[in-house]
Amino acid sequence: MPDISAGRLAAVDYGKNFSDVHPPLSSHEAVVESDRCYFCFDAPCTNACPTSIDIPMFIRKIGTGNVDGAAETIFSSNILGGMCARVCPTETLCEEACVRNEAEEKPVRIGLLQRHATDHYFDRHAAFGVRAPATGRKVAVIGAGPAGLACAHELALKGHDVTIFEARGKAGGLNEFGIASYKATDNFAQREVDFVLGIGGIAIEAGKALGRDFTLGSLKADYDAVFLGLGLQAVNALGVEGEEIAGVVDAVRWIEDLRQSPDKSMIEVGARVVVIGGGMTAVDAAMQAKKLGADEVTIAYRRGPAEMGASRYEQELAQMNGVRILHWVAPKSVVSEGNAVAAVDFERTALDASGRLVGTGRSVRVAADQVMKAIGQTFVADPVEGGETVALEGGRIAVDTEMRTSLAGVWAGGDCVRGGEDLTVQAVDHGKRAALSIHATLSA
Amino acid sequence: MADLRTNFLGIKSPNPFWLASAPPTDKKYNVERAYRAGWGGVVWKTLGEDPAVVNVNGPRYGAIHAGDRRLSGLNNIELITDRPLELNLREITEVKKAWPDRALVVSLMVPCEEQNWNSIIARVEETGADGIELNFGCPHGMSERGMGSSVGQVPEYIEMVARWCKAATRMPVIVKLTPNITNIRYPARAAKRGGADAVSLINTINSIVAVDLDSFAPVPTIDGKGSHGGYCGPAVKPIALNMVAEIARDPETFGLPISGIGGIETWRDAAEYIALGCGTVQVCTAVMTYGFKIVEEMIDGMKKYMDGHGFSTVDDFRGLAVKNVSDWKYLNLNYIAKAKIDQDLCIKCGRCYIACEDTSHQAITHMVEGIRHFEVKDEECVGCNLCVNVCPVKGCITMEPMAPGSVDPRTGRVVPAAYANWTTHPNNPSAVAAE
Repeated sequence: MPDISAGRLAAVDYGKNFSDVHPPLSSHEAVVESDRCYFCFDAPCTNACPTSIDIPMFIRKIGTGNVDGAAETIFSSNILGGMCARVCPTETLCEEACVRNEAEEKPVRIGLLQRHATDHYFDRHAAFGVRAPATGRKVAVIGAGPAGLACAHELALKGHDVTIFEARGKAGGLNEFGIASYKATDNFAQREVDFVLGIGGIAIEAGKALGRDFTLGSLKADYDAVFLGLGLQAVNALGVEGEEIAGVVDAVRWIEDLRQSPDKSMIEVGARVVVIGGGMTAVDAAMQAKKLGADEVTIAYRRGPAEMGASRYEQELAQMNGVRILHWVAPKSVVSEGNAVAAVDFERTALDASGRLVGTGRSVRVAADQVMKAIGQTFVADPVEGGETVALEGGRIAVDTEMRTSLAGVWAGGDCVRGGEDLTVQAVDHGKRAALSIHATLSA
Repeated sequence: MADLRTNFLGIKSPNPFWLASAPPTDKKYNVERAYRAGWGGVVWKTLGEDPAVVNVNGPRYGAIHAGDRRLSGLNNIELITDRPLELNLREITEVKKAWPDRALVVSLMVPCEEQNWNSIIARVEETGADGIELNFGCPHGMSERGMGSSVGQVPEYIEMVARWCKAATRMPVIVKLTPNITNIRYPARAAKRGGADAVSLINTINSIVAVDLDSFAPVPTIDGKGSHGGYCGPAVKPIALNMVAEIARDPETFGLPISGIGGIETWRDAAEYIALGCGTVQVCTAVMTYGFKIVEEMIDGMKKYMDGHGFSTVDDFRGLAVKNVSDWKYLNLNYIAKAKIDQDLCIKCGRCYIACEDTSHQAITHMVEGIRHFEVKDEECVGCNLCVNVCPVKGCITMEPMAPGSVDPRTGRVVPAAYANWTTHPNNPSAVAAE
């Protein structure tokens, strides 16, 4: 019988395992770290940030004791700067660009400094920004994830009234449902939603889905502009034999259940877990399986470390937490015993002379009680098709540089648009840019 | 192997590193700890007349910090020793007896009357101390009572007291100078005229180190008020070096022994003072920051430096920089240098660029063919050295002199081989014809 069960750990260990993976900096640490910033000209860190936060300026403000001012610098570019400080892969963004890498291979810890400033602000303020005089214009935002929230906040700042329609029961999107627990402790995603809404002028209608409760056409009739921040709805299938066996789960769904469970000890996890995939979701699922008490956790990825969607740093973090990463293997079938998972059979892969990924014919079996699929998500276009439609490109919504879709009066951003990197920080940038474009259009 | 032994006015010490008259030398306990750590000598914290002065019972120090809270400037409002004269004299006697190979100089400050000086000097002589240092420097507290810097600011008083003291003692007399004057040459000359054997400088600089922006009072704050204090530490070193150099190169005081003081933290700082003519150096703030142990680094670093340069004694390089301290008007205007950025060392922070672009001569690139690239434009560079100083990587930007005969792309003129200065420059209304 497969060994899948909840409550593998003593009660006290859940709190310990799901606390902050990177503890916040103390004030002293923050000042010491801020001293390391060179206040670069045309700062590479800022250029590497999808939301172009003026990083040297906010760090300088921390150094002078103006921590609220530092947070204002952050929020003026990125209203979700608090979450981004927690979930951004800084090692491939701002911190990778830091000139201290050149100098001594140790970047300024920008992410933790950003967290320091934004935490400080959250402790003292319920909102950021002052709304411009009301314009009387109404904008509908579909989806209360990072893109939608950022778009709504910017629009509210400009004096427009915003209604966010959210298909789920509550706002937050992947920040609430998808990010690993240890990255956003203490219900931070909801606190951040409240912070964003604190500016006023933003109403949330939860449990309202595009295509079911309204259409693009009806929204266009009722609102001056529409922003689509729909995210990705479907999980890619492995397409191998045995995928339907009990014990094979979607990593995204499993993480969502974990995030929403008030008691982590109620979440079932296998004794031996195999996670198939190489992105952040794979790492988040594997890490959390380990933290829930799984004995053996293996991430299986069909290519090498450099090709993994998870950064090298995330890979190492997983390995340090006892997760094994198996590279160059492609799943062939899920092996069952009785009606449950027993193992996954993989074929070892390699690159052929022309650089294509090919099977080698050699196989490897990894015993498993539970298999998690984390090979990416796809955009479900149905709600934006039929009636008034927006054009797609590569399976996602096509937009221009201002985030305008092919349909006049409709903008889109976040993971649902073409060219996305599936990052919170990029969704924020999309939402903000769309809001500025909407504002320009409505002001014309 | 370099020999650090020093003979200053006949006072011998195993190395030139002394502790300045200050809190670290206030009593036997500290001084013996310093000697054990390796310090070559001390100047005992300034003695006065009984009844002893009293100090404030709140904060005495304030500071400014550089990055990472590195203490770069310290200010104090402490007075001379607040212990009874008898106690200090007894301890000085004991310490000198126990540590005969170390220098022990006693700092003194009494009212400006000859009998006051005569009487305290007589007491100090009995201790066996090696010399006395006349404290004409402290800018706070004692100066309100007609002592310290209020003597040091009047050359006639310096000369007068120095003369009294020389007449009263067999011991060498060092006059400690205040920097709170307009031209250090005058008090130094006065000391020499009065017969002083040496000068030591600088004492602390008058300062308010900070203002508390909640209480609106100077720091350190005593019950809501603050007083100006004496400023010292690494931040004052450049001021002190200049004053030392002025005395070392003044024809009237040339050759007058100097004990250098001001912001010395490392062997390198000490060596700079010696290069400008100092026979010994005195340290205070650095030990108040890091403790006495730093002298180990100073001794070792100095020996390595001397060995590397073939100097066997401190005297071998003492004063070698004095002849190179020049008036501006004699600097060679035909010497042309250009900044050069070592691309392998450049970390691409852009500080050189923005400093040059915003505040200097727009002589550094930022983007070259769409790539972040910092390079000096020789046709704009005036060789000012600002980029060198703001660059976080030492040695990344250097100043490269242009060879005579080459063409300066900024002016289009050939770099002359000949030396020429302002005194002969055509733009100088009072230029003299070149020979």
